[in-house]
Amino acid sequence: MIWLGLDTANTPISVAIVKDGELLVEETSAMPINHSLRAMPAIEELLTKAGLTPSNLDAIAVSEGPGSYTGARIGVTIAKTLAWTLGKPLVGVSTLKALAANALFFNGLICPIVDARRGNVYAGVYRQEDGQPIGVIEDGHYSLEELVVLLEQQSGPILFVGKDTAMHEQKIVEQLGERAVLAPLQLNLPRASSLIYVAAQSEPETDLHAFVPEYRRIAEAEANWLKEQGKENDRG
Amino acid sequence: MTNDIYILGIETSCDETAASVVKNGTEIISNVVASQIISQKRFGGVVPEIASRHHVEQITLVIEEALANAELKPAELDAVAVTEGPGLVGALLIGVNAAKAFAFANNLPIIGVHHIAGHIYANALMQPMEFPLLALIVSGGHTELVIMEGHGSFKLIGETRDDAAGEAYDKVARVLGLPYPGGPQIDKLAAESDGQIEFPRAWLEQDSYDFSFSGLKSSVINYKHNLAQRGEAVNPAHVAAGFQASVVEVLTVKALKAAKEFGVKQVIAAGGVAANKGLRASLEETFQNEGIPFYVPPIALCTDNAAMIAAAGSAMFIDGIRGNLTMNGKPGMPLSSWNK
Ligand SMILES: [Zn+2]
Repeated sequence: MIWLGLDTANTPISVAIVKDGELLVEETSAMPINHSLRAMPAIEELLTKAGLTPSNLDAIAVSEGPGSYTGARIGVTIAKTLAWTLGKPLVGVSTLKALAANALFFNGLICPIVDARRGNVYAGVYRQEDGQPIGVIEDGHYSLEELVVLLEQQSGPILFVGKDTAMHEQKIVEQLGERAVLAPLQLNLPRASSLIYVAAQSEPETDLHAFVPEYRRIAEAEANWLKEQGKENDRG
Repeated sequence: MTNDIYILGIETSCDETAASVVKNGTEIISNVVASQIISQKRFGGVVPEIASRHHVEQITLVIEEALANAELKPAELDAVAVTEGPGLVGALLIGVNAAKAFAFANNLPIIGVHHIAGHIYANALMQPMEFPLLALIVSGGHTELVIMEGHGSFKLIGETRDDAAGEAYDKVARVLGLPYPGGPQIDKLAAESDGQIEFPRAWLEQDSYDFSFSGLKSSVINYKHNLAQRGEAVNPAHVAAGFQASVVEVLTVKALKAAKEFGVKQVIAAGGVAANKGLRASLEETFQNEGIPFYVPPIALCTDNAAMIAAAGSAMFIDGIRGNLTMNGKPGMPLSSWNK
């Protein structure tokens, strides 16, 4: 069973190939490289390094967001096109769940964080069960304050994972004190191998064509439009 | 084995998700367009983020349908041609990355096509191109006069200095309270009108082939404003007819002047506004009177589609042009001659 994994949902990019439960090659970079430029060449290079061709792939895992809308779309578009044209299964995995899988052996709650600007984050809360991340608080778009309130209602230590944690470290430690644990650097980047690890335990997408990113937010224009509709309905 | 060349075209530069298979650069085998007009209508124009979201939903579906309608397997294709730019960056990225993934998985060459070259080559699907040729490109994003000395040779001799013709149509339609997209509405009103308001023509410098439509748009706004101050209502048909007459006259006169100066063998029109009946009629009559062959593709090939991208991609393929997996969406891509 040969897996290709791809994560371009945020600034970092990660591509990996896993064969029969063993990581063959992985490229992970936090440098601000244009994902549209790098993703396909990285896939080509890694397949070459692993001595494989596209038709050798058995399944594809992709990070479906939340995060950068454009970033998630690049990964999802590449993954669904490959899976469709190669006739192979596709598994979409939450960006946050894959980050949580980096830190599975923490005895407590795991809170993956991706910055969403203006004091907001994309976050979820997970715990480990049978070697897999299980959702405790749903992935979503939260203000940091909202997130901290939710976490205060939980008990025990909480591991924060993701490179964007650093931007919010001060507030997190202020509010949660000793309960807050910050992941070491080697766990803070999304890893396509973690993505594949989770995907291998998940069900493939049933409708490949309909597969789209999990934006976790409606587009601004759509939100404004819905607000306008609401006003008109109130008037009417 | 045959020597026929089959190119898969992919286009996602604005709000149409499209895929098409073209044979030998001249024959449409399949042509699939998923339009977002109904969704974008809510916003009165194309919202880039909404457009990008729709493209991800449609992209593999339209490619699959284009191949199915053509009864071709990926291995029977010779190359994949995709719109590389210009356009909305987030929208371009969907087509470009789908094209790269598809081409890589099926071991096919990939070719990046300029959207306007695509509009011009829509004409190659109707009749052979003869050079030198003058192309008038009019759409929501473009108003350009281009001279071609041969395949892949593009010389820009005039362009808009402010609004594109289609943009002016949409803005004036909004002023008149017409629904989106406004161009076809104005065309229809103008055709039915029993009179017209005189609006100015922007000729610019005497020897210039450039265009300007923002002054005309302001004249329409001022006219409406003045009437409103006097408590009078606007007759939308008269305004539409007057506005269209100004746009059509400037486009026709400049195209004719360029055709004569450069001694072209053929004049072609391309782009969404080339679907405008008033403009088509004016160009057809003018060039017929001058004895210069004039062509405009059917409306479905004037608006954005992937057959035109496959047609241009075919000419590039024959010329030996190839892209690679580092190809990216280029929102501001200039129309330059392709290098052999
Ligand atoms: Zn166009």
